[in-house]
Amino acid sequence: MAIRTQVVVCGGTGCMSSHSKEIKEKFEECIKELGLENEVVVFNSGCFGLCERGPVVVVYPDDTFYAHVKVSDVETICKEHILKGRVVEKLVYSEMTAEEKAKIKVFREMNFYARQERIALRNCGIINPMDIDEYIGRSGYEALGKVLTSMTPQEVIDEILKSGLRGRGGAGFPTGRKWSLVDHSDNGPRYVICNADEGDPGAFMDRAVLEGDPHVVIEAMAIAGYAIGANQGYVYVRAEYPLAVERLNHAIKQAYEYGLLGDDIFGTGFSFNLEARLGAGAFVCGEETALMASIEGERGMPRNKPPFPAVKGLWQRPTIINNVETLANVPQIILRGAEWFNTIGTEKSKGTKVFALGGKINNTGLLEVPMGTTLREVIYDIGGGIPKGKQFKAVQTGGPSGGCLTAAHLDTPIDYDNLAALGSIMGSGGMIVMDEDNCMVDVAKFFLEFTVDESCGKCTPCREGTRRMLEILNKIVDGKGEMKDLTELKDLAEFIKGSSLCGLGQTAPNPVLSTLNNFYDEYVAHVVDKKCPAGVCKNLIKYYVTDKCIGCGKCKRNCPASAITGELKAKHEINTSICIKCGACKTNCPVGAIITK
Amino acid sequence: MKSLEDLKKIREQAAKKMSIRDEKNGYRVVVGMATCGITAGARPVLNRIVELVAEKDLNNVTVTQVGCIGECALEPIVEVYDPQGNRSTYCLVDPKKAEKIVEQHVIGGKVVEEYLIEKFKK
Ligand SMILES: Cc1cc2nc3c(=O)[nH]c(=O)nc-3n(C[C@H](O)[C@H](O)[C@H](O)COP(=O)(O)O)c2cc1C
Repeated sequence: MAIRTQVVVCGGTGCMSSHSKEIKEKFEECIKELGLENEVVVFNSGCFGLCERGPVVVVYPDDTFYAHVKVSDVETICKEHILKGRVVEKLVYSEMTAEEKAKIKVFREMNFYARQERIALRNCGIINPMDIDEYIGRSGYEALGKVLTSMTPQEVIDEILKSGLRGRGGAGFPTGRKWSLVDHSDNGPRYVICNADEGDPGAFMDRAVLEGDPHVVIEAMAIAGYAIGANQGYVYVRAEYPLAVERLNHAIKQAYEYGLLGDDIFGTGFSFNLEARLGAGAFVCGEETALMASIEGERGMPRNKPPFPAVKGLWQRPTIINNVETLANVPQIILRGAEWFNTIGTEKSKGTKVFALGGKINNTGLLEVPMGTTLREVIYDIGGGIPKGKQFKAVQTGGPSGGCLTAAHLDTPIDYDNLAALGSIMGSGGMIVMDEDNCMVDVAKFFLEFTVDESCGKCTPCREGTRRMLEILNKIVDGKGEMKDLTELKDLAEFIKGSSLCGLGQTAPNPVLSTLNNFYDEYVAHVVDKKCPAGVCKNLIKYYVTDKCIGCGKCKRNCPASAITGELKAKHEINTSICIKCGACKTNCPVGAIITK
Repeated sequence: MKSLEDLKKIREQAAKKMSIRDEKNGYRVVVGMATCGITAGARPVLNRIVELVAEKDLNNVTVTQVGCIGECALEPIVEVYDPQGNRSTYCLVDPKKAEKIVEQHVIGGKVVEEYLIEKFKK
């Protein structure tokens, strides 16, 4: 009997942690009970991107998009929708307005998807990542077949060069150029490495590709191997990504079984072997020279460049190292051509970029847009804007190496050069949105704390300098800052940028510098007025009850320090000398009568 | 796998299996599958249509189900929407009639007048 309905349950890490595995099992159970197991199939896919609304379930061919599905909803979906064709309206994802609600059911038309252009994520959420046939069904391994049977290694490199593809791991180095720099002066081994370390806080683009479409990375690495004459590849992935590791290893095994890895691929005599290597999750191990040291079994610390990896890399042999997302573009470029890729994006940044959108935004999740899309389109049209009607304040790109952009930059087309010109970077694709309730000094401090923790300690500017910067920031948020601290912060920042050994230290001051540039007044408020305008820095704020108070007593009951007094139905008061500023009163107040000043 | 030919074979099989998930803009065939429809025999009708569409590689055709169409006495009901959105409602359909609807209307583009609901409801 032919299959009439396919139920796709999102199997990304986000949805898995809210029980999508159990949901899938429940579907299988119910479908069996209804005797539909020969007509309906269920499987876990990779990430759909709209993580905010997970667990997500899509029913084909109706293209129905169910959001926030619970195990207890499954029976209803089966009995109503799958058996009787009645879409379960109350579970269908809806975008805000009533007008949109009318056409919510078809997920391809949802704003969140309609505005995207998917190349790196083209299979994520569509195929079953545990089934190599499904990847092949979407033209998988055809690009590998094409290069092995009809292109010379030089032609492959030229095609990638012409496409204008630049590294998605942060620095944006042209991929074709990197491949062409590989040293061919002797016939010893060469290596291809995929960087899947993904250490930026808030970033999960690479994890999503490995979980949702692992074969694309395998295929691209084999193509890269052919292009530079390497027969061995390694995927360096952090052990904190267990699902990605499992799916990647499964995919590698299947590729070997099909003869798409190993010896004599497609009978052409070309051999390529691939292995996953697990990292322990240090940020610095994402830096390419530290990463290679880690694969070699050494302590993960960077070294000076040159020599560049293309000349002396892994085990002193010529090596190319590319990011997961960079590689995920390669098979499509080979199949559809550099010309096609050139039509997408801006003059100097071709193609698309995947972003992990988080922070104060309605649609937390993963999206892929053409380069040149504006921040406003990403945040408002795709991201659905800021929750609770709050005011947009800034967006942080590039994580601990990047910087903040403000409302004045909302209409800037996103590409490598524009972001760099504004004092941030594209980075690997983390995008954290902040609203009026975020303190920019606090944000800078958050990222600096991260880099201080993650500094490997090899060079002094990074090890000592970032720590000194953090001490100054702590002084400022404690209300003990002076104006000369701001100058000193800037001087230290410039010095650390100029003298650190690797990219970690060279970029660590960026979050501080960019907030100093864009939100100088906020620093001054902390230093001169001893006030935190956003009401975040504990030592600079006090909690007050306003006249809105209805005297319900909720704040009093929830205060762990017994700092609140007041009769029922009368205005309450906070004794600021014993208040510990935990915020429990503010969270519990039903009428928003408690404020910080 | 030793050749591009082998790869192509796997691709074709897999693509067929996955075509339900593709975006389509051809005919839509909708089978009424509420309790009344199922009791009247809509299940075998739906399955026969799904099979035919798969057998004949009608990649651009969507087959789906809806709840009660509101003509319970005339179930099983099958509705066919052509790419322009014109609807034909067929009633008292059985697997044999379903085959004719697929052959003549969905493939041939010619409405099967004798099964149309208008013939039964005067
Ligand atoms: C501290 C630090 C961390 C890094 N982390 C990553 C990472 O997690 N993933 C990544 O692809 N590149 C990371 N990079 C960049 C890599 O060194 C390298 O440039 C990149 O893997 C090259 O691939 P691409 O050209 O495809 O972008 C990091 C760099 C630094 C300095």
